[in-house]
Amino acid sequence: MNLPVIIKFIIDLLAVLLLALGIKGLSKVKSARDANRLAAFAMSLSVIGLLSYYLGTSGIAIQSWIWIIIGSIIGSLFGAILAKKVPMTSMPETVALFNGCGGMSSLLVALGVAIFPISSSSENLDFFKSLINQVSISVSIFVGAITFTGSIVAMAKLQGWLSTPGWTQSKVRHFVNIVFAVASLIAFFDLINGNTSSIWLLVIVSSLLGIGVTLPIGGADMPVVISLLNSYSGIAAAAAGFVVDSQLLIVAGAMVGAAGLILTQVMCKGMNRSLVSVLFGGSLSAQSTASSGSGEYTNITSCSVEECALTLEAANKVIIVPGYGLAVAQAQHTLREVTKKLEQNGIEVVYAIHPVAGRMPGHMNVLLAEADVPYEQLKEMDVVNPDFPATDVVLVLGANDVVNPQAKNDSSSPLYGMPVLDVQEARTVFVIKRGMSAGYSGIKNDLFDLPNTSMVFGDAKKVLNDLIGELKDLGVGEK
Amino acid sequence: MSFISLLWVLLLGSLLGLELIGKVPPTLHTPLMSGANAISGITMLAALTLIVKAEGNVPLLIIGSVSLGFALFNVVGGFFVTDRMLSMFSRKPSNKK
Repeated sequence: MNLPVIIKFIIDLLAVLLLALGIKGLSKVKSARDANRLAAFAMSLSVIGLLSYYLGTSGIAIQSWIWIIIGSIIGSLFGAILAKKVPMTSMPETVALFNGCGGMSSLLVALGVAIFPISSSSENLDFFKSLINQVSISVSIFVGAITFTGSIVAMAKLQGWLSTPGWTQSKVRHFVNIVFAVASLIAFFDLINGNTSSIWLLVIVSSLLGIGVTLPIGGADMPVVISLLNSYSGIAAAAAGFVVDSQLLIVAGAMVGAAGLILTQVMCKGMNRSLVSVLFGGSLSAQSTASSGSGEYTNITSCSVEECALTLEAANKVIIVPGYGLAVAQAQHTLREVTKKLEQNGIEVVYAIHPVAGRMPGHMNVLLAEADVPYEQLKEMDVVNPDFPATDVVLVLGANDVVNPQAKNDSSSPLYGMPVLDVQEARTVFVIKRGMSAGYSGIKNDLFDLPNTSMVFGDAKKVLNDLIGELKDLGVGEK
Repeated sequence: MSFISLLWVLLLGSLLGLELIGKVPPTLHTPLMSGANAISGITMLAALTLIVKAEGNVPLLIIGSVSLGFALFNVVGGFFVTDRMLSMFSRKPSNKK
Protein backbone atom coordinates (compact mmCIF):
# COMPACT_ATOMS: atom_id res chain seq x y z
CA MET A 1 0.00 0.00 0.00
CA ASN A 2 1.37 3.35 -0.99
CA LEU A 3 0.52 6.73 0.45
CA PRO A 4 -2.36 7.83 -1.87
CA VAL A 5 -4.14 4.54 -1.23
CA ILE A 6 -3.83 4.96 2.53
CA ILE A 7 -4.98 8.56 2.43
CA LYS A 8 -8.01 7.65 0.31
CA PHE A 9 -8.79 4.78 2.65
CA ILE A 10 -8.79 7.08 5.68
CA ILE A 11 -10.87 9.74 3.93
CA ASP A 12 -13.41 7.17 2.75
CA LEU A 13 -13.72 5.76 6.24
CA LEU A 14 -14.21 9.22 7.69
CA ALA A 15 -16.79 10.08 5.00
CA VAL A 16 -18.83 6.93 5.74
CA LEU A 17 -18.75 7.70 9.45
CA LEU A 18 -19.88 11.29 8.90
CA LEU A 19 -22.64 10.25 6.48
CA ALA A 20 -23.97 7.75 9.01
CA LEU A 21 -23.86 10.38 11.75
CA GLY A 22 -25.59 12.78 9.36
CA ILE A 23 -28.50 10.43 8.68
CA LYS A 24 -28.71 9.68 12.39
CA GLY A 25 -28.76 13.38 13.29
CA LEU A 26 -31.43 14.09 10.70
CA SER A 27 -33.84 12.07 12.79
CA LYS A 28 -33.80 14.55 15.69
CA VAL A 29 -35.24 18.03 15.45
CA LYS A 30 -32.45 19.67 17.43
CA SER A 31 -29.55 18.25 15.48
CA ALA A 32 -31.20 17.98 12.06
CA ARG A 33 -29.80 21.11 10.50
CA ASP A 34 -26.22 20.48 11.63
CA ALA A 35 -26.56 16.86 10.56
CA ASN A 36 -27.56 17.92 7.07
CA ARG A 37 -24.47 20.13 6.86
CA LEU A 38 -22.34 17.32 8.21
CA ALA A 39 -23.60 15.03 5.45
CA ALA A 40 -22.90 17.71 2.85
CA PHE A 41 -19.38 18.09 4.28
CA ALA A 42 -18.86 14.32 4.13
CA MET A 43 -19.87 14.34 0.48
CA SER A 44 -17.35 17.05 -0.41
CA LEU A 45 -14.74 15.19 1.60
CA SER A 46 -15.36 12.06 -0.44
CA VAL A 47 -14.82 14.02 -3.66
CA ILE A 48 -11.55 15.42 -2.35
CA GLY A 49 -10.51 11.90 -1.36
CA LEU A 50 -11.20 10.54 -4.81
CA LEU A 51 -9.50 13.36 -6.68
CA SER A 52 -6.42 13.32 -4.46
CA TYR A 53 -6.14 9.58 -4.96
CA TYR A 54 -6.06 9.92 -8.74
CA LEU A 55 -3.71 12.92 -8.53
CA GLY A 56 -1.34 10.83 -6.42
CA THR A 57 -1.46 7.74 -8.63
CA SER A 58 -2.30 8.03 -12.32
CA GLY A 59 -2.74 11.79 -12.46
CA ILE A 60 -5.70 13.60 -13.99
CA ALA A 61 -5.46 14.85 -17.58
CA ILE A 62 -6.26 18.49 -18.30
CA GLN A 63 -9.01 17.35 -20.64
CA SER A 64 -10.61 15.46 -17.76
CA TRP A 65 -10.41 18.52 -15.53
CA ILE A 66 -12.25 20.57 -18.16
CA TRP A 67 -15.14 18.11 -18.35
CA ILE A 68 -15.24 17.76 -14.58
CA ILE A 69 -15.52 21.50 -14.16
CA ILE A 70 -18.16 21.89 -16.88
CA GLY A 71 -20.36 19.16 -15.41
CA SER A 72 -19.94 20.35 -11.84
CA ILE A 73 -20.70 23.98 -12.50
CA ILE A 74 -23.80 23.36 -14.61
CA GLY A 75 -25.25 20.72 -12.27
CA SER A 76 -24.54 22.61 -9.05
CA LEU A 77 -25.80 25.89 -10.43
CA PHE A 78 -29.16 24.51 -11.57
CA GLY A 79 -29.53 22.56 -8.34
CA ALA A 80 -28.80 25.57 -6.15
CA ILE A 81 -31.11 27.87 -8.11
CA LEU A 82 -34.00 25.43 -8.04
CA ALA A 83 -33.51 24.76 -4.32
CA LYS A 84 -33.63 28.49 -3.53
CA LYS A 85 -36.55 29.37 -5.78
CA VAL A 86 -39.01 26.53 -5.33
CA PRO A 87 -42.00 27.27 -3.04
CA MET A 88 -42.33 25.07 0.06
CA THR A 89 -45.67 23.70 -1.11
CA SER A 90 -44.05 22.04 -4.13
CA MET A 91 -41.57 20.10 -2.01
CA PRO A 92 -42.80 16.63 -3.06
CA GLU A 93 -42.27 17.20 -6.76
CA THR A 94 -38.92 18.87 -6.14
CA VAL A 95 -37.64 15.87 -4.22
CA ALA A 96 -38.95 13.67 -7.05
CA LEU A 97 -37.05 15.68 -9.63
CA PHE A 98 -33.76 15.60 -7.68
CA ASN A 99 -34.22 11.91 -7.10
CA GLY A 100 -34.81 11.20 -10.78
CA CYS A 101 -31.59 12.98 -11.69
CA GLY A 102 -29.65 10.84 -9.22
CA GLY A 103 -31.05 7.77 -10.98
CA MET A 104 -30.11 9.23 -14.36
CA SER A 105 -26.55 9.70 -13.16
CA SER A 106 -26.19 6.03 -12.20
CA LEU A 107 -27.73 5.01 -15.50
CA LEU A 108 -25.24 7.11 -17.49
CA VAL A 109 -22.22 5.80 -15.57
CA ALA A 110 -23.22 2.20 -16.27
CA LEU A 111 -23.96 3.03 -19.89
CA GLY A 112 -20.58 4.70 -20.29
CA VAL A 113 -18.72 1.74 -18.82
CA ALA A 114 -20.74 -0.70 -20.94
CA ILE A 115 -20.10 1.06 -24.24
CA PHE A 116 -16.46 1.99 -23.55
CA PRO A 117 -14.96 -0.56 -21.16
CA ILE A 118 -12.50 1.18 -18.82
CA SER A 119 -9.05 0.17 -19.98
CA SER A 120 -7.61 -0.88 -16.63
CA SER A 121 -10.36 -3.37 -15.90
CA SER A 122 -9.88 -5.23 -19.19
CA GLU A 123 -6.45 -6.49 -18.12
CA ASN A 124 -7.59 -9.15 -15.69
CA LEU A 125 -10.69 -10.22 -17.50
CA ASP A 126 -11.35 -13.62 -16.06
CA PHE A 127 -14.83 -15.03 -16.56
CA PHE A 128 -16.10 -14.48 -13.02
CA LYS A 129 -14.98 -10.89 -12.90
CA SER A 130 -16.52 -9.98 -16.22
CA LEU A 131 -19.77 -11.66 -15.21
CA ILE A 132 -19.97 -9.57 -12.05
CA ASN A 133 -19.18 -6.53 -14.11
CA GLN A 134 -22.01 -7.24 -16.56
CA VAL A 135 -24.50 -7.96 -13.78
CA SER A 136 -23.71 -4.78 -11.90
CA ILE A 137 -23.90 -2.73 -15.09
CA SER A 138 -27.29 -4.23 -15.93
CA VAL A 139 -28.65 -3.68 -12.42
CA SER A 140 -27.41 -0.12 -12.41
CA ILE A 141 -29.06 0.60 -15.77
CA PHE A 142 -32.30 -1.16 -14.82
CA VAL A 143 -32.76 0.52 -11.43
CA GLY A 144 -31.39 3.84 -12.64
CA ALA A 145 -33.82 3.99 -15.58
CA ILE A 146 -36.82 3.06 -13.43
CA THR A 147 -35.82 5.68 -10.86
CA PHE A 148 -35.47 8.33 -13.52
CA THR A 149 -38.67 7.83 -15.52
CA GLY A 150 -40.69 6.94 -12.40
CA SER A 151 -39.58 10.12 -10.62
CA ILE A 152 -40.26 12.29 -13.64
CA VAL A 153 -43.76 10.83 -14.02
CA ALA A 154 -44.35 11.32 -10.28
CA MET A 155 -43.22 14.93 -10.56
CA ALA A 156 -45.39 15.59 -13.62
CA LYS A 157 -48.44 14.11 -11.90
CA LEU A 158 -47.89 16.15 -8.74
CA GLN A 159 -47.45 19.29 -10.81
CA GLY A 160 -50.69 18.50 -12.62
CA TRP A 161 -48.95 18.21 -15.99
CA LEU A 162 -50.04 14.61 -16.33
CA SER A 163 -53.39 13.11 -15.43
CA THR A 164 -54.14 9.43 -14.90
CA PRO A 165 -55.13 7.92 -18.25
CA GLY A 166 -58.22 5.70 -18.12
CA TRP A 167 -56.60 2.54 -19.40
CA THR A 168 -54.09 2.58 -16.55
CA GLN A 169 -56.94 1.87 -14.13
CA SER A 170 -58.00 -1.28 -15.96
CA LYS A 171 -56.31 -4.66 -15.77
CA VAL A 172 -54.52 -3.92 -19.06
CA ARG A 173 -51.73 -2.12 -17.20
CA HIS A 174 -50.69 -5.28 -15.35
CA PHE A 175 -50.33 -7.04 -18.69
CA VAL A 176 -48.36 -4.13 -20.18
CA ASN A 177 -46.04 -3.92 -17.17
CA ILE A 178 -45.45 -7.67 -17.14
CA VAL A 179 -44.47 -7.46 -20.81
CA PHE A 180 -41.98 -4.68 -19.98
CA ALA A 181 -40.62 -6.63 -17.03
CA VAL A 182 -40.15 -9.82 -19.06
CA ALA A 183 -38.54 -7.85 -21.88
CA SER A 184 -36.06 -6.27 -19.48
CA LEU A 185 -35.27 -9.69 -18.05
CA ILE A 186 -34.56 -11.00 -21.56
CA ALA A 187 -32.35 -7.99 -22.31
CA PHE A 188 -30.62 -8.54 -18.96
CA PHE A 189 -29.64 -12.14 -19.74
CA ASP A 190 -28.75 -11.29 -23.31
CA LEU A 191 -26.42 -8.62 -22.01
CA ILE A 192 -24.75 -10.99 -19.55
CA ASN A 193 -24.27 -13.43 -22.43
CA GLY A 194 -22.09 -10.80 -24.01
CA ASN A 195 -24.51 -9.30 -26.51
CA THR A 196 -23.66 -5.64 -25.91
CA SER A 197 -26.27 -4.24 -28.29
CA SER A 198 -29.14 -5.41 -26.07
CA ILE A 199 -28.10 -2.71 -23.63
CA TRP A 200 -30.31 -0.28 -25.54
CA LEU A 201 -33.24 -2.64 -25.25
CA LEU A 202 -32.63 -2.74 -21.50
CA VAL A 203 -32.52 1.06 -21.28
CA ILE A 204 -35.76 1.44 -23.24
CA VAL A 205 -37.86 -1.24 -21.59
CA SER A 206 -36.79 -0.41 -18.04
CA SER A 207 -37.59 3.26 -18.74
CA LEU A 208 -41.03 2.22 -19.99
CA LEU A 209 -41.47 0.01 -16.94
CA GLY A 210 -40.78 2.99 -14.68
CA ILE A 211 -43.48 4.97 -16.48
CA GLY A 212 -45.94 2.09 -16.56
CA VAL A 213 -45.64 1.40 -12.85
CA THR A 214 -45.89 5.02 -11.70
CA LEU A 215 -48.59 6.31 -14.06
CA PRO A 216 -51.58 4.47 -12.51
CA ILE A 217 -50.80 5.62 -8.97
CA GLY A 218 -53.07 8.30 -7.56
CA GLY A 219 -51.83 11.71 -6.42
CA ALA A 220 -52.21 11.12 -2.70
CA ASP A 221 -50.18 7.91 -2.82
CA MET A 222 -47.40 9.67 -4.71
CA PRO A 223 -45.29 10.51 -1.61
CA VAL A 224 -45.00 6.80 -0.87
CA VAL A 225 -43.84 6.21 -4.42
CA ILE A 226 -41.31 9.03 -4.23
CA SER A 227 -39.95 7.61 -1.01
CA LEU A 228 -39.69 4.19 -2.65
CA LEU A 229 -37.98 5.68 -5.70
CA ASN A 230 -35.61 7.44 -3.31
CA SER A 231 -34.74 4.04 -1.95
CA TYR A 232 -34.22 2.80 -5.53
CA SER A 233 -31.82 5.61 -6.32
CA GLY A 234 -29.75 4.42 -3.36
CA ILE A 235 -29.74 0.91 -4.82
CA ALA A 236 -28.77 2.34 -8.21
CA ALA A 237 -25.87 4.16 -6.54
CA ALA A 238 -24.75 0.95 -4.82
CA ALA A 239 -24.92 -0.89 -8.16
CA ALA A 240 -22.82 1.86 -9.75
CA GLY A 241 -20.40 1.29 -6.85
CA PHE A 242 -19.96 -2.30 -8.00
CA VAL A 243 -19.41 -1.06 -11.57
CA VAL A 244 -16.55 1.27 -10.64
CA ASP A 245 -15.32 -0.79 -7.65
CA SER A 246 -16.00 1.81 -4.97
CA GLN A 247 -16.79 0.67 -1.43
CA LEU A 248 -17.81 4.17 -0.38
CA LEU A 249 -20.46 4.25 -3.09
CA ILE A 250 -21.75 0.84 -2.06
CA VAL A 251 -22.01 1.75 1.63
CA ALA A 252 -23.66 5.12 1.01
CA GLY A 253 -26.01 3.68 -1.62
CA ALA A 254 -26.99 0.78 0.62
CA MET A 255 -27.60 3.12 3.56
CA VAL A 256 -29.91 5.34 1.52
CA GLY A 257 -31.63 2.32 0.01
CA ALA A 258 -32.36 0.78 3.40
CA ALA A 259 -33.32 4.08 5.02
CA GLY A 260 -35.67 4.90 2.13
CA LEU A 261 -37.35 1.53 2.54
CA ILE A 262 -37.99 2.13 6.25
CA LEU A 263 -39.36 5.58 5.55
CA THR A 264 -41.66 4.16 2.87
CA GLN A 265 -42.93 1.62 5.38
CA VAL A 266 -43.61 4.35 7.96
CA MET A 267 -45.56 6.39 5.42
CA CYS A 268 -47.68 3.42 4.38
CA LYS A 269 -48.51 2.70 8.00
CA GLY A 270 -49.70 6.27 8.57
CA MET A 271 -52.01 6.05 5.57
CA ASN A 272 -53.25 2.57 6.42
CA ARG A 273 -52.09 1.32 3.03
CA SER A 274 -49.86 -1.59 2.28
CA LEU A 275 -46.99 -1.07 -0.10
CA VAL A 276 -48.41 -3.76 -2.38
CA SER A 277 -51.76 -2.01 -2.69
CA VAL A 278 -50.08 1.32 -3.40
CA LEU A 279 -48.00 -0.19 -6.17
CA PHE A 280 -50.51 -2.54 -7.76
CA GLY A 281 -53.89 -1.31 -6.55
CA GLY A 282 -54.16 1.74 -8.79
CA SER A 283 -55.75 4.83 -7.36
CA LEU A 284 -57.86 4.05 -4.31
CA SER A 285 -60.89 6.11 -5.28
CA ALA A 286 -61.40 4.04 -8.42
CA GLN A 287 -61.79 0.79 -6.55
CA SER A 288 -63.72 1.87 -3.47
CA THR A 289 -66.59 3.80 -5.03
CA ALA A 290 -68.58 0.61 -5.20
CA SER A 291 -67.70 -0.52 -1.70
CA SER A 292 -69.92 -0.33 1.35
CA GLY A 293 -68.28 2.78 2.78
CA SER A 294 -70.09 5.14 0.43
CA GLY A 295 -73.57 6.44 1.03
CA GLU A 296 -75.61 9.58 1.23
CA TYR A 297 -75.22 12.25 3.84
CA THR A 298 -78.42 12.75 5.83
CA ASN A 299 -77.69 15.36 8.42
CA ILE A 300 -75.41 18.05 7.07
CA THR A 301 -75.34 21.36 8.93
CA SER A 302 -73.92 24.20 6.95
CA CYS A 303 -73.05 27.50 8.54
CA SER A 304 -71.71 30.91 7.61
CA VAL A 305 -68.30 32.31 8.35
CA GLU A 306 -69.93 34.76 10.74
CA GLU A 307 -71.33 32.00 12.96
CA CYS A 308 -67.96 30.33 12.91
CA ALA A 309 -66.29 33.55 14.06
CA LEU A 310 -68.83 34.02 16.87
CA THR A 311 -68.20 30.51 18.16
CA LEU A 312 -64.45 30.97 17.96
CA GLU A 313 -64.64 34.20 19.90
CA ALA A 314 -66.39 32.49 22.80
CA ALA A 315 -63.98 29.55 22.93
CA ASN A 316 -61.24 28.89 25.45
CA LYS A 317 -59.42 26.20 23.61
CA VAL A 318 -59.19 25.74 19.84
CA ILE A 319 -57.53 22.93 17.94
CA ILE A 320 -56.68 23.37 14.28
CA VAL A 321 -56.52 20.29 12.05
CA PRO A 322 -54.71 21.24 8.85
CA GLY A 323 -54.67 18.87 5.89
CA TYR A 324 -53.86 18.39 2.23
CA GLY A 325 -56.45 20.98 1.14
CA LEU A 326 -54.71 23.67 3.18
CA ALA A 327 -51.41 22.87 1.51
CA VAL A 328 -52.98 22.98 -1.95
CA ALA A 329 -54.73 26.30 -1.24
CA GLN A 330 -51.40 27.62 0.16
CA ALA A 331 -53.40 29.09 3.02
CA GLN A 332 -50.91 28.47 5.82
CA HIS A 333 -50.02 32.15 6.18
CA THR A 334 -53.66 33.22 6.30
CA LEU A 335 -54.30 30.55 8.89
CA ARG A 336 -51.49 31.92 10.99
CA GLU A 337 -53.11 35.37 10.96
CA VAL A 338 -56.37 33.89 12.23
CA THR A 339 -54.67 32.03 15.06
CA LYS A 340 -52.65 35.11 16.00
CA LYS A 341 -55.88 37.02 16.52
CA LEU A 342 -57.31 34.22 18.64
CA GLU A 343 -54.14 34.02 20.73
CA GLN A 344 -54.20 37.75 21.37
CA ASN A 345 -57.67 37.22 22.81
CA GLY A 346 -56.30 34.72 25.28
CA ILE A 347 -57.61 31.66 23.45
CA GLU A 348 -55.38 28.60 23.59
CA VAL A 349 -54.55 27.43 20.07
CA VAL A 350 -52.96 24.11 19.21
CA TYR A 351 -52.34 22.45 15.84
CA ALA A 352 -53.10 18.74 15.60
CA ILE A 353 -50.79 17.17 13.05
CA HIS A 354 -51.73 13.79 11.65
CA PRO A 355 -48.65 11.78 10.62
CA VAL A 356 -49.57 12.06 6.94
CA ALA A 357 -51.07 15.57 6.94
CA GLY A 358 -50.11 17.69 3.95
CA ARG A 359 -48.74 16.27 0.75
CA MET A 360 -46.02 14.19 2.42
CA PRO A 361 -45.46 13.03 5.98
CA GLY A 362 -43.98 15.95 7.85
CA HIS A 363 -44.81 18.34 5.04
CA MET A 364 -47.43 20.14 7.14
CA ASN A 365 -44.87 20.86 9.84
CA VAL A 366 -42.61 22.47 7.26
CA LEU A 367 -45.47 24.58 5.87
CA LEU A 368 -46.62 25.76 9.29
CA ALA A 369 -43.05 26.46 10.34
CA GLU A 370 -42.72 28.58 7.22
CA ALA A 371 -45.78 30.56 8.35
CA ASP A 372 -44.07 31.25 11.72
CA VAL A 373 -46.17 28.93 13.82
CA PRO A 374 -44.24 28.25 17.05
CA TYR A 375 -42.93 24.71 17.11
CA GLU A 376 -44.44 24.05 20.56
CA GLN A 377 -47.95 24.52 19.18
CA LEU A 378 -47.63 21.62 16.77
CA LYS A 379 -48.93 18.53 18.53
CA GLU A 380 -48.64 15.02 17.18
CA MET A 381 -51.69 12.82 17.00
CA ASP A 382 -51.03 10.65 20.06
CA VAL A 383 -50.34 13.71 22.19
CA VAL A 384 -53.36 15.70 21.10
CA ASN A 385 -56.05 12.99 20.94
CA PRO A 386 -56.79 12.98 24.73
CA ASP A 387 -57.27 16.77 24.57
CA PHE A 388 -60.28 16.78 22.23
CA PRO A 389 -63.00 16.25 24.91
CA ALA A 390 -61.79 19.38 26.69
CA THR A 391 -61.74 21.43 23.49
CA ASP A 392 -64.37 24.00 22.57
CA VAL A 393 -63.81 24.36 18.84
CA VAL A 394 -62.01 22.27 16.26
CA LEU A 395 -61.28 23.78 12.87
CA VAL A 396 -60.74 21.14 10.19
CA LEU A 397 -59.03 22.73 7.21
CA GLY A 398 -58.81 20.64 4.07
CA ALA A 399 -58.41 17.40 5.98
CA ASN A 400 -60.87 14.58 5.47
CA ASP A 401 -59.91 10.95 5.87
CA VAL A 402 -57.67 11.65 8.85
CA VAL A 403 -60.69 12.85 10.87
CA ASN A 404 -63.13 10.12 9.77
CA PRO A 405 -64.56 8.33 12.82
CA GLN A 406 -65.32 5.32 10.60
CA ALA A 407 -61.72 4.30 11.00
CA LYS A 408 -62.49 3.58 14.67
CA ASN A 409 -66.17 2.55 14.63
CA ASP A 410 -66.93 0.73 11.42
CA SER A 411 -65.00 -2.46 10.86
CA SER A 412 -66.44 -2.83 7.35
CA SER A 413 -64.93 0.49 6.27
CA PRO A 414 -61.81 0.41 4.09
CA LEU A 415 -60.38 3.00 6.44
CA TYR A 416 -60.84 0.79 9.49
CA GLY A 417 -57.71 0.63 11.59
CA MET A 418 -56.13 3.81 10.27
CA PRO A 419 -55.04 6.09 13.10
CA VAL A 420 -57.28 9.16 13.12
CA LEU A 421 -57.77 12.36 15.11
CA ASP A 422 -60.78 12.11 17.44
CA VAL A 423 -62.15 15.54 16.54
CA GLN A 424 -65.78 14.49 17.04
CA GLU A 425 -65.21 14.52 20.79
CA ALA A 426 -64.83 18.27 20.86
CA ARG A 427 -67.83 20.48 21.63
CA THR A 428 -68.06 22.02 18.16
CA VAL A 429 -66.37 21.03 14.92
CA PHE A 430 -66.13 23.31 11.90
CA VAL A 431 -65.11 21.67 8.66
CA ILE A 432 -63.90 24.12 6.06
CA LYS A 433 -64.21 22.44 2.70
CA ARG A 434 -64.82 23.31 -0.90
CA GLY A 435 -67.75 20.94 -1.38
CA MET A 436 -69.11 17.59 -0.31
CA SER A 437 -66.58 15.62 -2.34
CA ALA A 438 -64.89 12.73 -0.59
CA GLY A 439 -61.29 12.56 0.49
CA TYR A 440 -58.80 10.66 -1.60
CA SER A 441 -60.07 7.39 -0.20
CA GLY A 442 -63.45 8.18 -1.81
CA ILE A 443 -65.23 7.24 1.38
CA LYS A 444 -68.08 9.06 3.06
CA ASN A 445 -66.98 10.88 6.19
CA ASP A 446 -69.34 10.16 9.12
CA LEU A 447 -68.00 13.19 10.92
CA PHE A 448 -69.94 15.51 8.60
CA ASP A 449 -73.25 13.96 9.68
CA LEU A 450 -72.68 14.42 13.41
CA PRO A 451 -74.84 17.03 15.20
CA ASN A 452 -71.84 18.92 16.58
CA THR A 453 -70.26 19.32 13.12
CA SER A 454 -70.92 22.32 10.92
CA MET A 455 -69.67 22.70 7.38
CA VAL A 456 -68.28 25.98 6.14
CA PHE A 457 -68.15 25.71 2.37
CA GLY A 458 -65.52 27.55 0.38
CA ASP A 459 -61.88 27.64 -0.60
CA ALA A 460 -59.73 27.41 2.53
CA LYS A 461 -57.85 30.61 1.81
CA LYS A 462 -60.98 32.63 1.06
CA VAL A 463 -62.83 31.35 4.12
CA LEU A 464 -59.87 32.16 6.35
CA ASN A 465 -59.65 35.65 4.87
CA ASP A 466 -63.35 36.19 5.54
CA LEU A 467 -62.82 34.84 9.04
CA ILE A 468 -60.12 37.44 9.69
CA GLY A 469 -62.59 40.12 8.62
CA GLU A 470 -65.34 38.78 10.87
CA LEU A 471 -63.01 38.47 13.83
CA LYS A 472 -61.91 42.03 13.27
CA ASP A 473 -65.54 43.18 13.33
CA LEU A 474 -66.00 41.35 16.61
CA GLY A 475 -63.00 43.14 18.00
CA VAL A 476 -61.03 39.96 18.54
CA GLY A 477 -57.32 40.40 18.94
CA GLU A 478 -57.29 44.17 18.92
CA LYS A 479 -55.82 45.63 22.02
CA MET B 1 -11.22 -5.50 -3.76
CA SER B 2 -12.75 -8.92 -4.15
CA PHE B 3 -16.39 -9.32 -5.05
CA ILE B 4 -17.16 -11.17 -1.84
CA SER B 5 -15.86 -8.39 0.37
CA LEU B 6 -17.85 -5.88 -1.69
CA LEU B 7 -20.94 -7.96 -0.94
CA TRP B 8 -20.10 -7.75 2.75
CA VAL B 9 -19.83 -4.00 2.40
CA LEU B 10 -23.26 -3.97 0.75
CA LEU B 11 -24.79 -6.08 3.51
CA LEU B 12 -23.32 -4.07 6.37
CA GLY B 13 -24.23 -0.79 4.70
CA SER B 14 -27.85 -1.93 4.37
CA LEU B 15 -28.00 -3.01 8.01
CA LEU B 16 -26.54 0.32 9.07
CA GLY B 17 -29.22 2.12 7.06
CA LEU B 18 -31.99 0.07 8.67
CA GLU B 19 -30.67 0.82 12.13
CA LEU B 20 -30.09 4.55 11.61
CA ILE B 21 -33.71 5.31 10.73
CA GLY B 22 -35.31 3.46 13.62
CA LYS B 23 -37.20 6.27 15.30
CA VAL B 24 -37.93 9.46 13.42
CA PRO B 25 -40.64 11.93 14.46
CA PRO B 26 -43.12 12.45 11.56
CA THR B 27 -42.08 16.11 11.55
CA LEU B 28 -38.78 15.13 10.04
CA HIS B 29 -39.95 12.66 7.40
CA THR B 30 -39.89 15.16 4.58
CA PRO B 31 -36.48 16.68 5.44
CA LEU B 32 -35.06 13.21 6.03
CA MET B 33 -36.31 11.97 2.68
CA SER B 34 -34.83 15.01 1.01
CA GLY B 35 -31.50 14.65 2.87
CA ALA B 36 -31.22 10.94 2.12
CA ASN B 37 -32.03 11.77 -1.48
CA ALA B 38 -29.11 14.21 -1.58
CA ILE B 39 -26.80 11.50 -0.27
CA SER B 40 -27.93 9.13 -3.02
CA GLY B 41 -26.28 11.60 -5.39
CA ILE B 42 -23.01 10.02 -4.25
CA THR B 43 -22.96 8.49 -7.76
CA MET B 44 -21.05 11.65 -8.56
CA LEU B 45 -17.98 9.69 -7.43
CA ALA B 46 -18.68 7.09 -10.10
CA ALA B 47 -19.10 9.84 -12.69
CA LEU B 48 -15.77 11.38 -11.61
CA THR B 49 -14.03 8.02 -11.87
CA LEU B 50 -15.42 7.63 -15.37
CA ILE B 51 -14.10 11.01 -16.47
CA VAL B 52 -10.66 10.47 -14.93
CA LYS B 53 -10.29 7.05 -16.53
CA ALA B 54 -11.65 8.12 -19.92
CA GLU B 55 -8.12 8.76 -21.26
CA GLY B 56 -9.12 11.20 -23.94
CA ASN B 57 -12.14 9.26 -25.15
CA VAL B 58 -14.39 12.23 -25.92
CA PRO B 59 -17.81 10.49 -26.00
CA LEU B 60 -17.00 8.89 -22.65
CA LEU B 61 -15.88 12.26 -21.28
CA ILE B 62 -19.18 13.77 -22.34
CA ILE B 63 -21.23 10.94 -20.81
CA GLY B 64 -19.24 11.27 -17.59
CA SER B 65 -19.68 15.01 -17.52
CA VAL B 66 -23.44 14.85 -18.09
CA SER B 67 -23.68 12.16 -15.42
CA LEU B 68 -21.67 14.33 -13.04
CA GLY B 69 -23.99 17.25 -13.78
CA PHE B 70 -27.10 15.20 -12.98
CA ALA B 71 -25.53 13.86 -9.78
CA LEU B 72 -24.44 17.29 -8.57
CA PHE B 73 -27.86 18.71 -9.39
CA ASN B 74 -29.20 16.05 -7.04
CA VAL B 75 -26.58 16.62 -4.34
CA VAL B 76 -26.39 20.42 -4.27
CA GLY B 77 -30.12 20.94 -4.76
CA GLY B 78 -30.96 18.26 -2.22
CA PHE B 79 -28.77 19.63 0.55
CA PHE B 80 -29.85 23.23 -0.04
CA VAL B 81 -33.53 22.41 -0.05
CA THR B 82 -33.17 20.30 3.10
CA ASP B 83 -31.34 23.14 4.80
CA ARG B 84 -34.10 25.53 3.78
CA MET B 85 -36.74 23.29 5.32
CA LEU B 86 -34.79 22.74 8.52
CA SER B 87 -33.95 26.43 8.91
CA MET B 88 -37.68 27.00 9.36
CA PHE B 89 -37.78 24.70 12.36
CA SER B 90 -34.76 26.06 14.14
CA ARG B 91 -35.66 29.70 13.73
CA LYS B 92 -39.00 29.28 15.53
CA PRO B 93 -38.24 29.64 19.25
CA SER B 94 -36.09 32.75 18.86
CA ASN B 95 -38.74 34.40 16.72
CA LYS B 96 -41.43 33.88 19.29
CA LYS B 97 -39.73 35.83 22.03
